[in-house]
Amino acid sequence: MTKDLVVAGFGGQGVMLLGQIIALAATEKGLNATWLPSYGPEQRGGTANCTVVVSDEEIASPLTDKPQFAVIMNNPSMAKFEPKMAAGGTLIYNSTLVTQVPARQDIKVVAIPANELAEQAGSARSANMVMLGVMAWVWRDVFTQEDLLTAMVHKVGDKRPQLLEINKKAFALGYEAAQKAI
Amino acid sequence: MKVVYERPKTLEKVTNHYCPGCHHGILHALIAEVLDEMGLAEKAVGVAPVGCAVLAYNYLDIDWIEAPHGRAVAIATGIKLAHPDVLVFTYQGDGDAAAIGLAETMYGAIRGVNVTTFLYNNAIYGMTGGQMAPTTLLGMKTTTSPYGRDAKREGYPLKMAETIALQGGTAFSARTALFNPKMIMETKKRIRQVFELQMKGAGFTFLEVVGTCPTNWGMSPVDATKFAETEMVKTFPLGVYKELKEVE
Amino acid sequence: MSERILMKGNEAVGEAAVRAGCRLYFGYPITPASEIAEYMAYRLPQVGGTFVQAESEVSAVNMVYGAAAAGKYAMTASSSPGFSLMQEAISYMAGAEVPAVLVNVVRGGPGLGDIQPAQSDYFQMTKGGGHGDYRLLVFAPYTIQEVVNLMPTAYELAFKYRNPVVLALDGLIGQMMEAVEFTDFRNPDEIPIPEWAVSGKFRHGGKKNINTSLDLIPEKLEAHNWKLQKKYSEIEEKETRFSYFGVDNPETLVVAYGTVARVAMSALKKLLNAGRSIGILRPITLWPFPKQALAEKARHAKRIVVLEMSSGQMIEDVKLSVFDPNKQYEFYGHPGGVTFTPTEIEEYLVRG
Repeated sequence: MTKDLVVAGFGGQGVMLLGQIIALAATEKGLNATWLPSYGPEQRGGTANCTVVVSDEEIASPLTDKPQFAVIMNNPSMAKFEPKMAAGGTLIYNSTLVTQVPARQDIKVVAIPANELAEQAGSARSANMVMLGVMAWVWRDVFTQEDLLTAMVHKVGDKRPQLLEINKKAFALGYEAAQKAI
Repeated sequence: MKVVYERPKTLEKVTNHYCPGCHHGILHALIAEVLDEMGLAEKAVGVAPVGCAVLAYNYLDIDWIEAPHGRAVAIATGIKLAHPDVLVFTYQGDGDAAAIGLAETMYGAIRGVNVTTFLYNNAIYGMTGGQMAPTTLLGMKTTTSPYGRDAKREGYPLKMAETIALQGGTAFSARTALFNPKMIMETKKRIRQVFELQMKGAGFTFLEVVGTCPTNWGMSPVDATKFAETEMVKTFPLGVYKELKEVE
Repeated sequence: MSERILMKGNEAVGEAAVRAGCRLYFGYPITPASEIAEYMAYRLPQVGGTFVQAESEVSAVNMVYGAAAAGKYAMTASSSPGFSLMQEAISYMAGAEVPAVLVNVVRGGPGLGDIQPAQSDYFQMTKGGGHGDYRLLVFAPYTIQEVVNLMPTAYELAFKYRNPVVLALDGLIGQMMEAVEFTDFRNPDEIPIPEWAVSGKFRHGGKKNINTSLDLIPEKLEAHNWKLQKKYSEIEEKETRFSYFGVDNPETLVVAYGTVARVAMSALKKLLNAGRSIGILRPITLWPFPKQALAEKARHAKRIVVLEMSSGQMIEDVKLSVFDPNKQYEFYGHPGGVTFTPTEIEEYLVRG
């Protein structure tokens, strides 16, 4: 089993963190994982993205030019990654912010109103956690919800219980939305 | 018979390569005497520069390292952090410490690195054959300031002891000379003082010593010594510029 | 092996050095290597070590020089422009036989270049880099785990041969995160201070040590040079490392190292599954270069494909190693900080 995922959006949307949580969850399960960020000027104010590879074998390339999975959080990222998706891949996008609807017919497209759901959970800033919940459903053959939630707590910390509650709620809403959509 | 003076044990019994009338030899001997008197030769590490004193490691019977040009204080920093129990000093010329190595020397003082720097200031590059140094006096002719150092063209002499004294990590900064017995004894006293301060962990200690270069000044040893006493000290006044009285 | 941690490559460099026994780090910030300094600034005080932010790369490497000449495990890390600034001291250290581990997280050049992953410092690292005849042992790990595994070896060999050792990484290995297992800690107090160290005469029997690269008598300096060359020959004989993946006598032999080799592995796996006669030889030491292994693997190969994130540097060593004008040598590369993609490599290998 080898799966890859690109997470892309604005700097500040927590796309790097989302990727790191998934990589950490894989590590904690004894799987191999790589997390590769875009870095440099790109990070500052512009678009940010990271690539996560999860495998039960030794991982060869940590970067992918034909992602099997993608979580797209804004329009520029859609423009950049839709054309790159592997045929048969799954593209999940934040339908609250992304107005450019994917046109490709050879990929699965899942629209998740991540910001809306995040606001329902208590903070628009938890849109990345909504997407983490979505990934928990999409990659349910790899992770349990508990795997990802535990990694999330390890990564974000539990010093601010209120924030943690919001994140967990966002995760649950994302999971639920994905179940309905896919 | 009572021995009133003998060759310092730490001074190697070899003929040095310095020119007649050059004061490097005196400074070497003084450092050796102080190391002997303080019983520190076993614990001392010297950092030799690139310049006339490049072969200083042949003259003192202690551990030595020869640094790249200007990098003596950086090298000394590494050694001191590796072994805080050793006495580390750099022995540098004006080109080494004040031109190419100015950043390293300054940061020794800024960071308060607990090492000692001896700067032999003779206002010229000796080893390479008499080029202009950062400390070359105004009006002084050198092979690269053949018309005399003109402030408009070549800038001003750099006053290191004063500059180092301004930095927060400096525990001691002074300028002495070697042109007469009284000044030689004064220099020896200051060498002891900086070593004592270093062994107490005081911070960066800096001793600029005004010396001669008869060969490249084009003077006899006697005239060169007189020039140091009468001319050099006008631009480079002798004195203590910073002195930490108490060490925490 | 103890803990398995998800860690950034640059941070793993720092942690691996700490575990190998390094307690002295001297650094200067530069992208994409800064996290090594940041990690050490945070980590070393916890284990009784010292981090110094130097005023320049020039100063940083000279602090390493001092600490290493004093017999301690010291380290600095930088990226290409900063590594260039260090060349003077590295030449001195090679001449004066001072051991140290230096990390170069290579980025695109020349000049200020960019901050993206590159391999264009190959010549600089493997052919000396500064003035004079000398060599550095250069490790080019391709995963973070390999970085961690090689670190203790890097220190051991640096001290065994009294020679600087370089870890050649690139921005991709430095910036990515991966699950790694760390070795146990080596107690730095148990690492003996070598007899040759400038550490005060009392530490080595009262006889003075002089550490210098200067010898004004040409005949003596020549003898010293031949001594160094003998040492380099011994390193070539004993310390060459590589890995090979593929069929035994491939028709197409790929040569790549570091990140490029890792990306190429994805393509290789696919092509091998499709039954192609192909293999990849990955130098783990860039110097000494695995000449013999390469010549053997290339014996039956028609195509020898060299992939580099440069405009073609290692290919010169590949040709010298194979030394057969009848082979087809192909270079495919990206200078300037552009990274290969797996598909691109696959397509190139299929297309030719």
